Amino acid sequence: MNRTITEKIISAHSREEVSPGSIAIAGVDLFVLQDGTGPLGIRKFEEIGAKKLFKPERTIFFIDHASPSPRQELSNSHAIIRNFCKKTGAILYDVGEGIIHEIVAERYAGPGQIIIGADSHSCTAGALTAFGTGMGSTDLACAMATGETWLKVPETIRVDVSGEFPKGVYPKDLILNLARRIGAEGATYKTLEFHGETIRKMSMSGRLTIANMAVEVGAKAGIFSADSVTRKYLKRQGRGKDFKSLTSDNHAHFEIILMENVSRLIPLVALPHTVDNVRTVSDVRGKKLDQIFIGTCTNGRLEDLEVAAKILKGRRCRKGVRVLVAPASREILLEAEEKGIISILLEAGIVLLPPGCGPCVGVHGGILGDEEVCLSTQNRNFTGRMGNPNAFIYLASPATCAASALTGEITDPREYL
Amino acid sequence: MQLKGKAIKVGDSISTDLICPGRLFHLRNDIKELSKHIFEDLDPALSKKIKHGHFIVAGRNFGLGSSREHAALVLKISGISCILASSFARIFFRNAINNGLPVFECDTRKIKEGDKLSLDLDKGIVRNETRGTRLEIKPLPGVMQDILKEGGLISYIRKFKCLH
Repeated sequence: MNRTITEKIISAHSREEVSPGSIAIAGVDLFVLQDGTGPLGIRKFEEIGAKKLFKPERTIFFIDHASPSPRQELSNSHAIIRNFCKKTGAILYDVGEGIIHEIVAERYAGPGQIIIGADSHSCTAGALTAFGTGMGSTDLACAMATGETWLKVPETIRVDVSGEFPKGVYPKDLILNLARRIGAEGATYKTLEFHGETIRKMSMSGRLTIANMAVEVGAKAGIFSADSVTRKYLKRQGRGKDFKSLTSDNHAHFEIILMENVSRLIPLVALPHTVDNVRTVSDVRGKKLDQIFIGTCTNGRLEDLEVAAKILKGRRCRKGVRVLVAPASREILLEAEEKGIISILLEAGIVLLPPGCGPCVGVHGGILGDEEVCLSTQNRNFTGRMGNPNAFIYLASPATCAASALTGEITDPREYL
Repeated sequence: MQLKGKAIKVGDSISTDLICPGRLFHLRNDIKELSKHIFEDLDPALSKKIKHGHFIVAGRNFGLGSSREHAALVLKISGISCILASSFARIFFRNAINNGLPVFECDTRKIKEGDKLSLDLDKGIVRNETRGTRLEIKPLPGVMQDILKEGGLISYIRKFKCLH
């Protein structure tokens, strides 16, 4: 056999064997929407005239973007979602539960599934060997009604990663380096599939960071093999039975194979206003910051908070820089609290935000002022992303953000580890 | 199908944030109001130039970023009849077709602001009437042609009940 993970998953969900370029009508295992895209999805679902959801127990709404609601219009949007869930039996994760992609990883995603989300970062589920992809509200509405969606089967780009991460360098730096190499449309319409010794050793947390940012290079999906790390993660989440081993065949066809060696990688930063505008931390060292944000579906997990706490322990954030931290889910917040990480961060002077998307989406809690500069662990730095088109967003790892919190300027984390 | 309109040029890497700012999250249930802010963070004067039937002519990777379908909706409700770009980000591309807004890849480099364009969907060509040139457009996959023909995915599903 000679199929990639993507070809195997889509074939298993279609009436026929598929190959890259063909159009498949595929069954969908999980349908997810959030409060920015959900109300339109509900309106479209009603426009179709559908009476009920195809799989209510696998149709999930998350109130994570404007959460808790900062204004009446959004409170009304949230009410639309709550009422729809009550009426149809769809599952709801309300204010404070956490970010859509993190909860999908913790409680739902597993090898071999097809997951579609009305959110571009739905590719995050690829870390758990699901074919996860982002679509619009109309696509979700139709799939919620019929149980199916259409997919153009993507070619796969294989990324082989070798070497050990040096001190202060993380999966975030690896994916930023890939964005630098191939550009913001380097993988448009393609699957990125990650392999190699470095990937085999990489934690689920790191894999989720990388899969999350696949869309930042245009990819339709970012997929990892299901291996012992996947098995262990699912077991820990009480979902051991969701595991099945899944990887590409030895003779699978890849459009191209990219090689990455991380052993000489150094901490990287994406500069405004595109994710592929990447420089080394030393190129922008000393850039003054007004705000730092640690969190999001990219880097708001326990490992991320742990590394921030390691750097901030017994130290104080620099006066004049606002350091905001939002754990990606309630589960992560609870674990971080139990481990004493939250106290360390609070004692260092951070502001703790509730689990959710936080300032990344620019609707509440941490909107930037004109000409202000923010360093963030999020995945995107487009003009206006954090609520102000006259502000500047830099992207980096949690370690680089934590080290920069101590100085109030972009700082190399290796000085503090 | 034939479409005619004047070109409004925008550059490369126009994100859905630039088309439809995320900070206007609270207007998403009021598409008409939201559409008054189209391209606001790119150029506040741009929305005044958009007239019914105009074409947006863009560079590379048009519509990258957030999956918000509101970006396609505000373009459609503003009267844009077609978007031509050197390349599109995939989620935006789907969203546009799903809402019956024609989007096509073609070499847009020689089209200038204000050029009179006509698109012949059956022949798959764009005529630049101002410059007397012709451009080939990349054909859509069959399923997208069918969805566009029905005016969008909702009408398609209403008519055929499923995707098969």
